[in-house]
Amino acid sequence: MRVKLGQIAHARSGDKGDASNVGLIAQTPELYPVIREQVTAERVKEHFREVCRGPVQRYELPNLLALNFILHDSLGGGGTESLKNDAQGKTHAQGLLQMEVEVPAGLVEAGG
Amino acid sequence: MLIFGASMKTIRIGNGQGFWGDNVDAPVELLRGGPIDYIGMDYLAEVTLSIMMRQKLKNPKLGYATDFIGFIRRVLPELKERNVRILTNAGGLNPRACRNRIFELARDLGVQGLRVGVVEGDDLLPRLKDLIAAGHPLKNMDTGEPLAPIVDRVMSANAYLGAKPVVEALRQGAHVVLCGRITDTALALAPMIHEFGWGEGDWNLLAAGTIAGHIIECGAQCTGGNFSRFWEVPDLWNAGYPIVEAREDGAFVVTKHEGTGGMVTVDTVGEQLVYEMGDPTAYITPDVTADFTSIRLRQEGKDRVEVSGVEGRPNTPSLKVSASYLAGYKASGQITLSGPRAVEKAKLAAEIVWKRLERAGVTFAPEDREEELLGTGACLPGIFQAPDELPEVVLRLGVKDPESAKVERFGKEIAPLVTAGPPGVTGFAGGRPKPQEIVAYWPALLAREEVESRIQVTVEEA
Repeated sequence: MRVKLGQIAHARSGDKGDASNVGLIAQTPELYPVIREQVTAERVKEHFREVCRGPVQRYELPNLLALNFILHDSLGGGGTESLKNDAQGKTHAQGLLQMEVEVPAGLVEAGG
Repeated sequence: MLIFGASMKTIRIGNGQGFWGDNVDAPVELLRGGPIDYIGMDYLAEVTLSIMMRQKLKNPKLGYATDFIGFIRRVLPELKERNVRILTNAGGLNPRACRNRIFELARDLGVQGLRVGVVEGDDLLPRLKDLIAAGHPLKNMDTGEPLAPIVDRVMSANAYLGAKPVVEALRQGAHVVLCGRITDTALALAPMIHEFGWGEGDWNLLAAGTIAGHIIECGAQCTGGNFSRFWEVPDLWNAGYPIVEAREDGAFVVTKHEGTGGMVTVDTVGEQLVYEMGDPTAYITPDVTADFTSIRLRQEGKDRVEVSGVEGRPNTPSLKVSASYLAGYKASGQITLSGPRAVEKAKLAAEIVWKRLERAGVTFAPEDREEELLGTGACLPGIFQAPDELPEVVLRLGVKDPESAKVERFGKEIAPLVTAGPPGVTGFAGGRPKPQEIVAYWPALLAREEVESRIQVTVEEA
C-alpha cells in the first residue's frame, strides 16, 4: 500500500551553510529497507525541486535505521544572507515526511 | 555530586541552554530539579560574536552574553553549596569583563570563594593580517576563495577551541568556566576527561564524550522538543533539559530529571543525532573525529537511553575558524490580506511594491528579492498544495543590496499598501522595515599549532 513517509518514519532538519540536511529514521528495523530502497537521492531532489537548486547527497546509517540527505543550495544564501522565512531549513524534514512510498501492508501496521 | 554505580564512576552533565534566546528558566530547573554535577550553556550562534564586537567597541566592559549574568544572579548563592560547575561560551569576545561582572555580583550577594576560569586564545581578529602574511590563506570552506580581498570587512574571526583548556580550568578548581568560541561538544567532553583521566589517544572515549555533547547541545531537542511525532510527547511545556550520565568506559545514558515533561526515547535521541549532520562517518571536532555509524542506542528504562559502541579516529591537524564580515544590507516586511480572493490580493500587493520601486529608480536583482505568501505552503513550495480559496494570507517581502539607501527605500513601500493597495490589508505593525547589516559567515581552516600555542587559561577567586 502507498503511504506517506510520516506514517513509517520520522525526521529532523537543519542548516549547514547554504545547504540543509534532513535526517530520516525508519520506525522499525523492518521498515529500514523500505526507505533505503525507495527514498533515493534522485527522488529527494525531485521532491524538493522547487526548494533545492543544487545536488542532493545521501548517507546511510543502518545502525540508527537512518538516512542523511544534504540538499545543496536550498536556503537562498543561508544563515544571515537569506531572505527566506525558513532560512535554516527547519521545515525541510516536515516536507520530506510528505513523500509517498510503497509499503507491504503488514509493515505499516507494525510501524504504526 | 558523584554517583557510584556497581563499580564504575558516573558523572551527570546537563545542558541548560541550547542557544542565546533559549528558555531562561531551563538552566535553573536543571540545577534545582535533581542530581547534577556539571551544566553546559551555549550562547554563541555563528555570527553572534560580530554583535559582541560592536558592543565591545562601544563599551570595553561589554562583549559577552549578558543573559548569562541574569542566570548567575539567580543561582550564585547555591552553586557552591550544590557543588555544580558551570561551563559556557558566554564569555564571547570579552570573558574577562564577564568574570569581573560575576565577581561584582558575588560581592553584592556575599558569596565567597567562587573560582572563575577564563579561556582565551580563540580571538584571531587582531592577528588576521599577520596570519595571511605568514601564508595562511583562510580560504572559505564552501567557496574556496581566500580571505585577503575582504579582510578589511571582517568583523570577527575566532577559532573553535576543543576541550583541553576547559579541562585545565577544571583542574585549577574553577566553579564557572568562561570561554569564547569553543565547540559545544567540548563543554560536555571536558568534565569526562577531567573526571576519568582520558588521554589524548583514547579516540573511542573522546568520540563517545563528543557524541554525548552533540546529543545534548541543543537543549530540549533530545528530550521531546522539535520531535516529529509531537503528539506523543507528554507535557512539552515543561520539557526537562537533557542530562548525560557518563561512565569512564565511554558508555553513557541520556536522561532528564524525574517529574519533568518531555521524553527521552531512542527516537528523540536518534532525531537529535542526525541534526545538522554532514558525513556521518567523519564528525570532526578539535578533539577527535567521531563516527556516527558506530553508535548503538538502547532504551534502558523510562526516559533513559543508553549510548554505546562509539568509535573515533585521530583529530585533524587543522582547527575550524568562524569569521563574519559585512556583506551589505537587507530588510523584510509583511502585511496580512484577509477576505475573499486573499491570494490574488497578496500577489497584486507585491506587484504594486515592485512597480512603485521601479518608478522610483530602485531595482533589485531577482536573487536579491524575496516574495513569499505565507499560508500557501511558502516554506515548502512544490510539496504542499494550498487550496484555491484561503480566508487570509500573509505577504512577506524582502530585499538585500550592497547599498543601504536602496534597502531603506524598499522599507517605505509597505505601509502605503494599507490605503493605496487592495482591500482587506492589515497586520502592518512595527513601523517601516529598517535596513539591517548582513553579517555573513566565513568558515575556514587554520593550522592547529597557530591557535593552540596561544591559548591561555586563568582561574581567579572572588
